[in-house]
Amino acid sequence: MNAIAWIHMSAALVLAPLLLGVINRTKARVAGRDGAPLLQLYFDLRKLLHKGAVYSRTTTWVFRAGPLIGLAAVLGALLLTPFGKFAAPLNFDGDLILFAYWLGLMRFVTVLAALDTGSSFEGMGASREVFFSALAEPAFLLGMLGLARVTGAISLSTMLPGVTAASWLAAGPALALIAAAWLVILLAENARIPVDDPNTHLELTMIHEVMVLDHGGVDLGLILYGAALKLWVMGALLVSLLTPVRYGVAWQDALVFLGGMLLLAVGIGLIEGAMARLRLARVPQLLMGALALAVLALMLIIK
Amino acid sequence: MSLVLIAIGLLMASALAALLLARAPRLATICGVGGAMLAGLAGLIPSFRVLLTGAHASFAMAWCMPGGALHIGLDAVSAVFLIPIFLLTALAALYGGSYLRPFWGKRSIGFSWFCFNLLTACLVLVVVARNGLLFLMAWEGMSLASFFLVIFEHDKKDAREAGWLFLVATHLGTAFLLILFALLGREAHSLDFDRIGTLAPAMANAVFLLAVIGFGTKAGFMPLHVWLPEAHPAAPSHVSAVLSGVMIKTGIYGLVRMLILLGHPPAWWGWVLIGIGLSSGILGVVYALAQHDLKRLLAYHSVENIGIIALGLGLGVLGLSSGHPLVAQLGFGGALLHVINHALFKGLLFLGAGAVAHATGTRDMDRLGGLARAMPWTALTFIIGAAAIAGLPPLNGFVSEFLMYYGALLACLPGGLANPLPAFGLAAGLALIGGLAAACFAKAFGIVFLGCPRTPAALAAHECGFAMRAPMIVLAGACLLIGFGAPWAVAALKPAIAGLTGTPAAQVFGAAPRSMLLLMDLMIGFAAVAGVAVLLGVVRRRLLKNRPVRSAPTWDCGYAAPTPRMQYTASSFALWFVEAFRWILRTERRRSLPQGYFPDAAFMATDTPDGFRDLVFRPVFAQIRWALTSLRWIQHGRLQLYILYVAATLVALLIWYASCL
Repeated sequence: MNAIAWIHMSAALVLAPLLLGVINRTKARVAGRDGAPLLQLYFDLRKLLHKGAVYSRTTTWVFRAGPLIGLAAVLGALLLTPFGKFAAPLNFDGDLILFAYWLGLMRFVTVLAALDTGSSFEGMGASREVFFSALAEPAFLLGMLGLARVTGAISLSTMLPGVTAASWLAAGPALALIAAAWLVILLAENARIPVDDPNTHLELTMIHEVMVLDHGGVDLGLILYGAALKLWVMGALLVSLLTPVRYGVAWQDALVFLGGMLLLAVGIGLIEGAMARLRLARVPQLLMGALALAVLALMLIIK
Repeated sequence: MSLVLIAIGLLMASALAALLLARAPRLATICGVGGAMLAGLAGLIPSFRVLLTGAHASFAMAWCMPGGALHIGLDAVSAVFLIPIFLLTALAALYGGSYLRPFWGKRSIGFSWFCFNLLTACLVLVVVARNGLLFLMAWEGMSLASFFLVIFEHDKKDAREAGWLFLVATHLGTAFLLILFALLGREAHSLDFDRIGTLAPAMANAVFLLAVIGFGTKAGFMPLHVWLPEAHPAAPSHVSAVLSGVMIKTGIYGLVRMLILLGHPPAWWGWVLIGIGLSSGILGVVYALAQHDLKRLLAYHSVENIGIIALGLGLGVLGLSSGHPLVAQLGFGGALLHVINHALFKGLLFLGAGAVAHATGTRDMDRLGGLARAMPWTALTFIIGAAAIAGLPPLNGFVSEFLMYYGALLACLPGGLANPLPAFGLAAGLALIGGLAAACFAKAFGIVFLGCPRTPAALAAHECGFAMRAPMIVLAGACLLIGFGAPWAVAALKPAIAGLTGTPAAQVFGAAPRSMLLLMDLMIGFAAVAGVAVLLGVVRRRLLKNRPVRSAPTWDCGYAAPTPRMQYTASSFALWFVEAFRWILRTERRRSLPQGYFPDAAFMATDTPDGFRDLVFRPVFAQIRWALTSLRWIQHGRLQLYILYVAATLVALLIWYASCL
């Protein structure tokens, strides 16, 4: 069992950048373009890891520590993430709190690294990031509480695999609402359309990208890889919730999970292809909407 | 026990010595600092011993006051509060010794140390008193000593007003406590705590509400907090650290002691505490986000953290009343650990803010910036305190919040609380508070310590001396220690949790043997992330070894002449929050926009006064003053007549007493 957990963790480490490739490819296809190769992020990472470094004269050790702690924190979250029906390498009651707070630590150090440059643009991005995530956090956690109530478990590794076809039959609408809320949070936290556009070229309108403007070389590589992992861990929670299938055969369950991740990436690509970015002032409303969905789900569950 | 008495004696003696030596600031400082540090050492030993062994100690002797004996005791609950009191006052004294150096010859240093050590002695006495009268005397001594410390810079109008507000608020709170102890004394025919038996439900409810108001005023429950954001910034920084770190905790202590005395609580007490916790926690951090003054920001965060502690207490009460011992233990455990944690990181942050003010002469965040270069130690310790107060792993703030979250999760499960609504509220509220606090401390640290200096004063900043640096390093180390040593820190609290929940210490968390193991798992997670971060650092260093590493200006988006004034400020960083919570913050905005083809100088300023002070308390007090104008003639300022009033009151009381016999 534990060996499987570690194998899946390695799969995440290897496959996470592929998700972004799939998203971008889907988006390009929807727009009628060919798009970048599926493995583009791998090429970028390889290139970045071979570069030297340029640091702003304004920055201090905080700027240099940011990418290291950020990647370490998201790896800490990965350590707690169940893969489909398999328990995470590290799992305990209440680990979902630690999961949320590791992502919080990652955000905190990214924001501080951005402020360390002294650039107004990066300050702007940092300000938006902390505001949107403060709104997203309660919605994420309320969804977790709902799941705890449905499955009777409070560890990610028992709670998410505990969502079965039976629980969908019993509490389908509530689970669907939680999934919808989590999808919104996933898009917001990972800087996807409709909240943030990773391909925009105007610093004024960016959130996540603008915070890492001054990072380059190896540091940028660490940040991009960390972002891919963050998408993977948050996606993994959503996919586990949405695939209540259990074959009991290790490789089949793994295939279901990986297939689910692939579909999720295609889905995000379709959303990005079909929607425009929201005006920044509308984003809080979207996140409050997610919070409302989560509250509604809880009300359905408690009754 | 005798060591605690020795500590109190040391504090009193050094206080008097400092007062007598007021003419010689150096000797007074040595007396004050030395007394506080020796007392800290003497007091920490028995406090830790009680926590580790679970043994109780008490001391009683007859005295000439009515209502029982002079009775003091040291149990695990007292020890949990004594540890931060002794630790923080000793470190703050060391820091204060050099912080007050610029005031030598300008202010009475001896009187300041007299008040500081008297305050510490009273804090200790409040926590160990087992008699209502002794408790109230120590309580009053604590308030008066804090008042004189707050108005240390009494030539400043702000400080005088803050002190006045504090004095009024604290005495209004004490009035409720007088009624509380009078009620208790009437029921038990004694003011000794251990004579108080079970009370009738109506009486218990009344006592609980009086305690929430009376102790809540001292603790800073919203909306009784109005004195706090004024008084804490006005005091010298080492005093702010003590006021925020431990003095307001005596309010929590009083509430906890009452919960123990009152026995089995009804569920609605838990609802009340969770409601107070949510309002204090969320509004505290929202007000903090809108502040520009670093110390005011920290003061509002004290309100927030008191709210978090109240959430834990509320969960504990709910667990007790509904017969879920594990939920109760986790709630109370989280609250007690947060009491210690908040003393550590808030003390640290106030000392850091003091170092900044000391180095630059301003506390206005929008005039600072880039201090991490000039003050590396202050920056390093401040960032640890900031991450800890935001509840981020792997630091101590996360551990106490984790206990509360865990209790709330258990309460949410089917078979948990019959009505899980408060637990949902607690978890979602803690998440929101956590997110907002992280934002607020990203702002506080980022604007003050990172980027470029915004003014010449910030550019000329310098690191503080060893005596000011060492306390901050010790406190930051303690934050890390409790974070990485979570299983042991929580295990040490077992006797105190046992005291609150009535289960034997060996059985605390016993219903779920995993709960201690899961703290071990938590620690493995912490260690893994810390290890990976270090490993990544090593990898990056090796990768960059033979490659060019250059310095360049920050990317300016093609704008070639940036100035430090163009950086994002504290106000701009918090703009989203201020706008989102405008309906409650009511931020005032003064501005003159550039106009015409050749615009004049433009400006924009925002100010967020405390809404509760201006919209609730000020009108109420204005009404009271208006209603009392007809009694103004009593107040004429002639001392003889005042003494006559006192004598007349005494005679009247004597006659009344004699007629009752």
